[in-house]
Amino acid sequence: MFGNLTLSALPHEPITVGAGIFMAIAGSSIIGLLFYFKRWRWLWAEWLTSVDHKKIGVMYIILAFVMLLRGFSDAVMMRLQQILSVGDSVGYLPPEHYDQIFTAHGVIMIFFVAMPLMFGLINLAVPLQIGARDVAFPFLNSMSLWLTVFGAMLVNLSLVVGEFAATGWLAYPPLSGIVYSPGVGVDYYIWALQIAGVGSLISGINFFVTILMMRCKGMTLMRMPVFVWTVLASMTLVIISFPILTATLGMLSLDRLLGMHFFTSDFGGNAMMYVNLIWAWGHPEVYILVLPAFGIFSEVVSVFSRKKLFGYTSMIYATVAITFLSFVVWVHHFFTMGAGANVNAFFGIMTMIIAIPTGVKVFNWLFTMFRGRIVFASPMLWMIGFIFTFTIGGMTGVLLSVPAADFQLHNSLFLVAHFHNTIIGGVVFGYFAGITYWFSKIFGFKLNERLGKAAFWHWIVGFFVAFVPLYILGLMGMTRRISHIDESTGWQTLLIVAGIGVVIIGIGVLLQILQMIVSIRDRKHNMDTTGDPWDGRTLEWSTSSPPPFYNFAIIPTVHGRHPFWDTKYGESEQVAPHYEDIEMPSNTPMGLYIAFASVVFGFAIVWHIVWLVVLAFAAILALLIARSLDYNTEYVVKAETIAKIEAKRK
Amino acid sequence: MKEETLNHNSFRPGRESADGEAKAIFGFWVYIMSDTLLFAAIFATHAVLHNNTFDGPSAKELVNMTFVLTETLVLLASSFAFGIASTYAHHHNKKNIVLVWISVTFLLGAAFIGMEMTEFAKLFQEGNSWQRSGFLSGFFTLIGTHGLHVTAGLIWMVSVFAQVLKYGLTDRTIGRISTLGLFWHFLYIVWIFIFTLVYLMGVI
Amino acid sequence: MKKIMRVILVVAVVGVVFLMLSYTSSHNMGVFNPKGTIAHAEMNLIVTTTLLMLIVVIPVFVMLAIFSWRYRAGNTKAKYSPDWHKSIALEVIWWIIPIIIIAIIARMTWISSHDLDPYKPIASSVVPITIEVVALEWKWLFIYPDQNIATLNFVQLPIDTPINFRITGDAPMNSFWIPQLAGQIYAMEKGDYAGVSANYSGFGFSGMKFTARASSQDEFEQWVRTVRMSPSTLSIDEYTKLAEKSRNNDVSYYSSVHKGLYDKIIMKFMVPANVIMTKMNM
Repeated sequence: MFGNLTLSALPHEPITVGAGIFMAIAGSSIIGLLFYFKRWRWLWAEWLTSVDHKKIGVMYIILAFVMLLRGFSDAVMMRLQQILSVGDSVGYLPPEHYDQIFTAHGVIMIFFVAMPLMFGLINLAVPLQIGARDVAFPFLNSMSLWLTVFGAMLVNLSLVVGEFAATGWLAYPPLSGIVYSPGVGVDYYIWALQIAGVGSLISGINFFVTILMMRCKGMTLMRMPVFVWTVLASMTLVIISFPILTATLGMLSLDRLLGMHFFTSDFGGNAMMYVNLIWAWGHPEVYILVLPAFGIFSEVVSVFSRKKLFGYTSMIYATVAITFLSFVVWVHHFFTMGAGANVNAFFGIMTMIIAIPTGVKVFNWLFTMFRGRIVFASPMLWMIGFIFTFTIGGMTGVLLSVPAADFQLHNSLFLVAHFHNTIIGGVVFGYFAGITYWFSKIFGFKLNERLGKAAFWHWIVGFFVAFVPLYILGLMGMTRRISHIDESTGWQTLLIVAGIGVVIIGIGVLLQILQMIVSIRDRKHNMDTTGDPWDGRTLEWSTSSPPPFYNFAIIPTVHGRHPFWDTKYGESEQVAPHYEDIEMPSNTPMGLYIAFASVVFGFAIVWHIVWLVVLAFAAILALLIARSLDYNTEYVVKAETIAKIEAKRK
Repeated sequence: MKEETLNHNSFRPGRESADGEAKAIFGFWVYIMSDTLLFAAIFATHAVLHNNTFDGPSAKELVNMTFVLTETLVLLASSFAFGIASTYAHHHNKKNIVLVWISVTFLLGAAFIGMEMTEFAKLFQEGNSWQRSGFLSGFFTLIGTHGLHVTAGLIWMVSVFAQVLKYGLTDRTIGRISTLGLFWHFLYIVWIFIFTLVYLMGVI
Repeated sequence: MKKIMRVILVVAVVGVVFLMLSYTSSHNMGVFNPKGTIAHAEMNLIVTTTLLMLIVVIPVFVMLAIFSWRYRAGNTKAKYSPDWHKSIALEVIWWIIPIIIIAIIARMTWISSHDLDPYKPIASSVVPITIEVVALEWKWLFIYPDQNIATLNFVQLPIDTPINFRITGDAPMNSFWIPQLAGQIYAMEKGDYAGVSANYSGFGFSGMKFTARASSQDEFEQWVRTVRMSPSTLSIDEYTKLAEKSRNNDVSYYSSVHKGLYDKIIMKFMVPANVIMTKMNM
């Protein structure tokens, strides 16, 4: 009846039981509060079924923060285990548990923190920056969100029902094959990623089409804000690389479910093929995440230096160059697998070439600051922290790209320190800058700056305290993913230092939560009544904060790269507004239903519950057909209604 | 005033359905690009594994070229039939003829799937399932993925048939016929690659 | 108040740097304490590359600090050019300089990738020793085909002799790593060096360690004789038992090894079991 699912799948270890109870209490108290305040209808009609890109963006970011807390707890547990597990002491986590934690940490941070943060910010800003009223496919946008959310739920479910993969975040076979990993962990991993991955792919197509087809009048490609450019580049990478991930995980799943031999060690399988394919997705993925962050920094540096961005054209060429190069470097993730000197040297050199356009970007940012009037608001602090941190990360990256050097550093903690250096220093700092920058636009009030700055200082100091020791440990020969070390190595001291760093970052995270609470409490004082709190340059600041659901009553016409700045400070004739009827997409729960059916499908496959697999699959098909037969997906907002709303706003 | 509105609309009209269809078709093109990469990943795996027979049969011993050629022609005919359906939809606006040709396409597509199932069943009975070797895993998966796409296309075709039946040939239904057409011709092109790289080169 | 904070900050930074330096000088820095020619060459490569990159990185840091300070909004004396956003000359400079530096590093990369290729034999007049390494769940088996002995989690090498490691696995992917000696070994100095797997391979991964002992030729030969006295031998049955999962294994010695065991382990994954049997019987 329930396939392989039995009561023994429920947790036994105190830590997982505790986590399970915590999740149950948190979940039921949220549900209880919703009942108490009778907010269900509001939540359903205004948020869950919404196809408004701004609300979808907010929900993505909420998901990211919830998952950040989980991913961060994993990090704390790992640090604690490595500090405690020295010599005769084995620490508090057996390898069976520890190995699931480091796998979950990587998977959650990349797929369910970084990706939702990115798509959240893209949703919030891109349509507003290009002067559009929504995205190209609002329904698909809602479906992508829910696929990501339910993918994340599947990872969380694995904590209490069964287990998660203990294979490392990319699940290399043959370890992830059925022979060496017979449990359900890898299956949870595969289906969580497949579901979320399809969501990402659809979002990629959606924003690609949005940017190319929905820009307002006059916004040529070379007038687009840099953030939009970097999103376009990033979405191109999504469209090209995510199908490879889907195919690769699909084949791994066929190995496990149907006994195929793609990546097994016998019967003619080839595990190296998996490693190649997964990195053909995995390397572009890194750039998918970091390019939009570069875009955010480009917006931030220009606005807070009160100066035009230096070298716009160079910036665009550099972005495009990075986009192309990111596809010819994947072998640098496994120089040690014996591809031969020519291949290794080629991929090594290709990798270091990426440093050139990236370096150019850094210089352009610096010269945007040069002869500016720099205001050190918190987005700008993240920007400066980023240049400092990311440059170091880039330098260690070039080191790792020299194959002969990589032979010594590969899979050591040096590598771990390097990619945290680029991902935290680049991606995370960038997205935090973006959230602070655009927060008032979406909610109508600003975040508390004092706490925001305090959080920044804790993050950056904590980062260096946590990761410099890892660089040193890597050079000393400590490999990644070990849960126990010998006393004679003398590594414990540095591990303790790294642990202190994690505590400092933790305080930073707490300050950010506090910042959110305080800002909401004091929202009356922090109101953004102008819609333009930072003296911005691009179109999103031309509408009110928060914008009306249709974003722009009249679609703007653009004449340059700084359309809003030009209208603000230039001469512009005031014409009496003439409103027209507009069509807007209707809210629909279909995306939510389809994503829910998908997660049921995934869960049923994980546990081999055949009837449920069939049922869920039939449900997905039926829902898709039902949606395609529905021709009533839009409604008209009358010009008079718009006139009324606009009059009220002014 | 009127002229200005017109001008504005012709540059980038709002959500008028014609524009909606244009976005849908462009979006679908982008989807096809990404689906091509999904197939490319599996093709690459097949290329790497095609000699890994683990002492089992190779493509040469398994493939019946006459059968495969017939399959190819059936799919070609179905692609052609859909071409006729969409020409009628766009230029002649004859609902019934369009419906007839969609039905022909469907039957030919279904026949193709039937033939593929027969081939798979035969291989299974001879003990050459996907569990036999890395090569056969790639073989079944590549052709099976294409087969699943064709099946999805058939289901979609039923839905489009119903829409044309109900709403007639409107901008919206014609748009759907166009996107389905893109998908259907794309699947034929993928099949040509399978035919060449898996069957033909396997036999040589 | 602000001044005190600044002083504390400076003291803290200096203190941290000092502690780091004293820590690294008193501990074994693995990669930076090479005991083999290859490991030595790789360390030099790491250092040179870093220095080359500092040519760009240091100016970036200096500019970052100066620009942030000088062009702060409060400093109205500084020049302000809000519309200045283009300078072909400047942009050419920062496209060209990184290109030159990367070109130099690329050249070094090409040369070093070939020179330090793990498959390339080390030039030496001494006859090399072959050691076959098998990664098992979760331990290292070393087979000395010429001496017909085998060891578990311990490998002894004569100094100044090139060693050819042939590496395979009867387990998920592992990666063979002795930080102080690097991939291809040519030990120059006597001593014990820690060896690990660099690629995560499952629950027993942390305990998958071995010691590599570099000794004189005489000591090595004497050690080989000791191993030959061991009561255990590595037959096929014994190997099958050994290949089962186990964690934190101790060192053990085998006085003899089933002939062609290593090739058999490799063959196991290449052809079906019944075919191996016939091939072996021939």
